[in-house]
Amino acid sequence: MSNEIMSELRKDYIYNLMIKGEREDGRKFDEYREITIDTNVIEKAEGSARVKLGDTHVVVGVKIQTGTPFPDTPDKGVIITNLELIPLASPVFESGPPREDAIELARVVDRGIRESESIDLSKLCITPGEKVWMVFIDVHVLDDGGNIMDAASLGAIAALMTAKLPAQKFGVGEDTPVPMRDVPVAVTAVEIGGAIMLDPSLDEQSISGTKLTVISNQDGGLSGMQKSGVSPLTTEQINYIVDISIEKAKELREKFLEI
Amino acid sequence: MVKPEKLIENGIRLDGRKPDEIRPIKIKVGVLNRADGSCYFEFGGNKVIAAVYGPREVHPRHQQKSTSAVVRYRYNMASFSVEERKRPGPDRRSIEVSKVSREALEPVIFQEYFPRSAIDIFVEVLQADAGTRTAGINAASIALADAGIPMKSLVSACAVGKVDDTLVLDLNKDEDNYGQADMPIAMTPDGKITLLQMDGHLTRDEFREGLEMAKKGCLEIAQLQRTALMEKYSSLMEGEVNE
Repeated sequence: MSNEIMSELRKDYIYNLMIKGEREDGRKFDEYREITIDTNVIEKAEGSARVKLGDTHVVVGVKIQTGTPFPDTPDKGVIITNLELIPLASPVFESGPPREDAIELARVVDRGIRESESIDLSKLCITPGEKVWMVFIDVHVLDDGGNIMDAASLGAIAALMTAKLPAQKFGVGEDTPVPMRDVPVAVTAVEIGGAIMLDPSLDEQSISGTKLTVISNQDGGLSGMQKSGVSPLTTEQINYIVDISIEKAKELREKFLEI
Repeated sequence: MVKPEKLIENGIRLDGRKPDEIRPIKIKVGVLNRADGSCYFEFGGNKVIAAVYGPREVHPRHQQKSTSAVVRYRYNMASFSVEERKRPGPDRRSIEVSKVSREALEPVIFQEYFPRSAIDIFVEVLQADAGTRTAGINAASIALADAGIPMKSLVSACAVGKVDDTLVLDLNKDEDNYGQADMPIAMTPDGKITLLQMDGHLTRDEFREGLEMAKKGCLEIAQLQRTALMEKYSSLMEGEVNE
């Protein structure tokens, strides 16, 4: 992905607003853009969700099939997360195999779901060593308005929470919901000139040197973190982002992801 | 491999270390002839080698930047570096590791000194034993200095994790496989964090404590990196080595 082109004037504008404690769309530094989540938008998928986070628009589809387990975990199901930055979503995305940005996004979304143990993988086992459920989480970014990470992560968990194991289709019993145990939520912050802002817009993301994504669970514990970008962060900044992210995740979870 | 019953016994880890102790480190500077800078780095069972080429022309040309150098980082694991043979070539993991490692080093490189040129960093993992990305960053940082690339400081990297509900510095393979959390960190000697990743389970307080622990580990490594570089170049200055 080549970088977004942005005029110096616009950069200065955002920077100057930041000094006054403001953002271009009038949000507070710790405020998210408007979020809408619709689930079950794709009937053919076992679970799905459409997330709009401000101008960012993603659709997540969960397909579930039976397959053979990995030899080192014969009694556990498999989760595979994929995300592509397709050229439909932005003038700077190009077709071709996923590049590092897309791979990083997919792997962080995957880590949030995997490391929080939000899916009980042992319950995805049908016959140990032979047959398990394979859960494919595919994130389709339709419009890049900044902060794809949080939109993708919200979409993935929302889609999983509505997904069913298609047992009837595969002749292994009755359909049941995907065994969920936790609801991890990713919160991304950017650093701009020393200030920390949550849920960066496209412009804010472009001028910021660094992003930090913090994934936290229902109990307020952390299950994943990823710093992305070339400028460093201080310990104080990191600790501040962790604290505020845990609070924000709680808020988002209560508002959008009630089971 | 089976999970050991206990990873820590009486405050001592399976390999005999205390919780806040790093594994033995061996550093050799300038081990490759063709590269502009290089470093061999052993970190416990990890054996990695880093080479730096550049500043040099950018190929393909469209990647070049008119106002600064481009930094490229390739992390690669040898197929024989792990228990089960790894399929050669980049996979999704190594692409991600390359990205975050490059971003860990970029802040210290004076890229604006070399417009329209490339600084290429290649890291080969010859043997992997948990913590290869941190070993790679430590090696690459020394190789950059060895190549004479102007830098603001060195970068040191170290992981902290949680096993048996205890925070431990620099996880070994068993602790990585069966532990509860893993958090690699890279930082400059003045405490700026340039790489931060985490997976597993940590509470807010454990995270804070872990971060401080990792910082101590990084400072220890920084000292060793510095010593290794000084050893090579102080002897050069005294004229003992004629190359």
